[in-house]
Amino acid sequence: MTGTITKDGSEIPLLEAEKLTKIFGTLKACDGIDLKIGTGEIHALLGENGAGKSTLVKMLFGALQPTSGDIAWKGEGVNVASPAMGRSLGIGMVFQHFSLFDALTAAENIALSLDEKSPLDTIAARAREIGQTYGLPVDPDALVGDLSVGERQRIEIIRCLLQNPDLIILDEPTSVLTPQEADLLFVTLERLRSEGKSILYISHRLEEVRRLCDRATVLRHGKVVGQCDPRTQTAASLARMMVGNDIHVIERLPAEWTDRIPLIEVNGLSQRPRGPFSVALHDISLSINGGEILGIAGVAGNGQGELFEAISGEVLQERPQVVRIRGTDAGRIGISARRKLGAAFVPEERLGHGAVPDMSLTNNLLLSRHSTDRKMFLTGGVLKLVSESSLASAAKRIVTQMDVRKSAENPDASALSGGNLQKFLIGRELDRNPSVIVVNQPTWGVDAGAAAHIRQALVDLARSGSAVIVISQDLDELFEISDRIAAMVHGRLSESVPIEAMTMERVGLMMGGADAAAGAA
Amino acid sequence: MMRIEIVKRPQHSALFSALSPFIALFLTLIAGAILFSILGKNPISALDSYFVEPLTEVWSIHELLVKAAPLILIAVGLSVCFLSNNWNIGAEGQFIAGGIAGSILPVVFPDFQGWYVLPIMLLLGMAGGMAYATIPAYLKVRFNTNEILTSLMLVYVAQLFLDWLVRGPWRNPQGYNFPETVQFSDSAVLPAIWPDSGRAHWGFALAIIAAVLVWFMLSRTLNGFEIKVLGRSSRAGRFAGFSAGRLTFFAFLVSGALAGLAGIAEVSGAVGQLRTSISPGYGFTAIIVAFLGRLNPLGIIAAGLVLALSYLGGEAAQISLGISEKSARIFQGIILFFVLASDSLIYYRIRIVSRLSDTALKGA
Repeated sequence: MTGTITKDGSEIPLLEAEKLTKIFGTLKACDGIDLKIGTGEIHALLGENGAGKSTLVKMLFGALQPTSGDIAWKGEGVNVASPAMGRSLGIGMVFQHFSLFDALTAAENIALSLDEKSPLDTIAARAREIGQTYGLPVDPDALVGDLSVGERQRIEIIRCLLQNPDLIILDEPTSVLTPQEADLLFVTLERLRSEGKSILYISHRLEEVRRLCDRATVLRHGKVVGQCDPRTQTAASLARMMVGNDIHVIERLPAEWTDRIPLIEVNGLSQRPRGPFSVALHDISLSINGGEILGIAGVAGNGQGELFEAISGEVLQERPQVVRIRGTDAGRIGISARRKLGAAFVPEERLGHGAVPDMSLTNNLLLSRHSTDRKMFLTGGVLKLVSESSLASAAKRIVTQMDVRKSAENPDASALSGGNLQKFLIGRELDRNPSVIVVNQPTWGVDAGAAAHIRQALVDLARSGSAVIVISQDLDELFEISDRIAAMVHGRLSESVPIEAMTMERVGLMMGGADAAAGAA
Repeated sequence: MMRIEIVKRPQHSALFSALSPFIALFLTLIAGAILFSILGKNPISALDSYFVEPLTEVWSIHELLVKAAPLILIAVGLSVCFLSNNWNIGAEGQFIAGGIAGSILPVVFPDFQGWYVLPIMLLLGMAGGMAYATIPAYLKVRFNTNEILTSLMLVYVAQLFLDWLVRGPWRNPQGYNFPETVQFSDSAVLPAIWPDSGRAHWGFALAIIAAVLVWFMLSRTLNGFEIKVLGRSSRAGRFAGFSAGRLTFFAFLVSGALAGLAGIAEVSGAVGQLRTSISPGYGFTAIIVAFLGRLNPLGIIAAGLVLALSYLGGEAAQISLGISEKSARIFQGIILFFVLASDSLIYYRIRIVSRLSDTALKGA
């Protein structure tokens, strides 16, 4: 294509990184990484959480400076001192977390990021034009706050394309999209490739990497552990490269439908938004029997957090029968009383919701267990003295059970890695043998080994007779562990569909708001 | 173009956390020395008469305890408030309310006498402080009003009410029109601990008891745990099943009760009657005490003594150096400034950003 040819006839790569190393304190986040990105290729960067992917691309983009190593751009050594310089070279980046202002229009957001000063109308026109060319339909005059996550991502991509980059870095672009929206994105990316643009595609979703990418570089613990053509690999072989060994396959015995007593029911839950960034809930009903796992799919921000808080009792309902736990009306009682009925809850946000960051593990154990395990953890009658010794032994039990890796005897919650803290928080609830557990995003940002451990623990709990609700954006996870799957969109919950009758396509339609039955047709 | 930025430190040093109050005091002394030299005094001898001389005589040590008692009592209550994220700035008002409520017996019913008068006065003082602290707590829980503003404004209400009382209905008819009530009878006066050597009264003992009790509650009980959880993360507190509204009332009631107790102990033990000037700003100085003591009731005992010394030093400086006793306020302000500054610098560092790396930050 447009690649420059050297004297000896080999093609000069668009970007070449050699022995790129970044050291944070004692941690080698990137350790002698070699990476070549050719012109007109979609290059996948694979790796688990903490493998060094983000650090690497930040160095390429100029947001971080390498400790040592060289970067060559179109054959010439460069020192990318800042993102501005990265952009002027022709490197664009679309971040995983969008940086858009809700209260501004799409065009205004785009204008803010451009260095030039063009009238807003011109920018809107150019944005519309680029949107049409690349299949990224966006109304430049729409307020960002009113747009879906997929549309916001399109704005980010258009903003990036307006600078006419040669290399576009996309960080986990499909993690927030429905399967159908992801398909649209792939079309756009293939179109960009056909125009000779290069794309560095960061993902941990192996199927889409196999489908889309020409080459893949696999990172583990800050080092390159393999380079391959993903189209010749299987998802399992890619996963093995990423993790370093075989991933534990979830064992899921068939559910035994002996007792069909609903352990948790929600009946006609409607709720007005509680603030400007809160979603209203509309007439949500669900019922889960002992032994079952209900998976709730949905793109972030469709009311999952609000549903969680309504079931957990952090937000009370007007009518008691809206939430029923083990046959008892629980809509008017608080989270401690619901826990005493046998329910347990693990929220999405670990630090600041499920745990207090600067408190020790034993204190964080007490956080959710002080009412249910009062006899064990509190002494001294009405004085309610905290028994540090029984907390310490219970924490030790959970740490062993869930294989939590920690650096100190009783570290602060914030000192644990995301995966290890999540294992502790799930273990904190499982340790009680709850009859009902509601988990929001159980493995968000958790490495593959820990995620498998957590999923297995949830399946085992269900098979021992408990009712489990898993709210997740990770469809693979839901397909792996759920007995039934429902989807949330705009604060409504679809009918649930048995896993045997569920397909990726159908759940995608449900997440997009199409009726489950229509999706099946 | 350059810009100064405050960046959170990834880790904070445990050593400097422990040293921070001492660093702050040391810097205060240096700032004080500079201040004295600008005023044309010899800084060494000025600091000596300010901070050392008051500690060399038995009677002035008694005075130190008299001044420290209300500071410690109030600051211990404030630590409960501040730890739970309730910014009660109105302890001065609750102190006055306690002083007024506790004085009802000796002023309105001077003939009512006996051993039980004093306990009732103390309880009334606590009740008065609690009642007054309930107002900002209720406004915060019910209407989401900012408690910093309401509690502070209520201070001026209390001061004017006290002013009206002692100039009006409660004025001593034989007091030559001075704004004072009658002198309390003996059974209404909080006795001295060691009457032979000085006038330090049992208020100081009450302060130590309160500090130990609150320390025990904060460090050993579920209630203390609840205070710390809700103070750090209201969302995690809600997840734990703790009620932020209930805790707001609890914190204001505890600090109101202790400020009220400090008020009546000061009136009954140190002053002996109700006047317009029962407090040289104890309620505000106690905020400094609470922070200098790192919101730990045992640390507050030490911090209370340090700030009490600044009051004595101010009086001594007025006599021996001829500078205004208001210099005590300046020292207190400087201490608070350095305490907060060293605490901030433990958690944050200051960074000077040039234009170039500035854009780098935005991109990240």
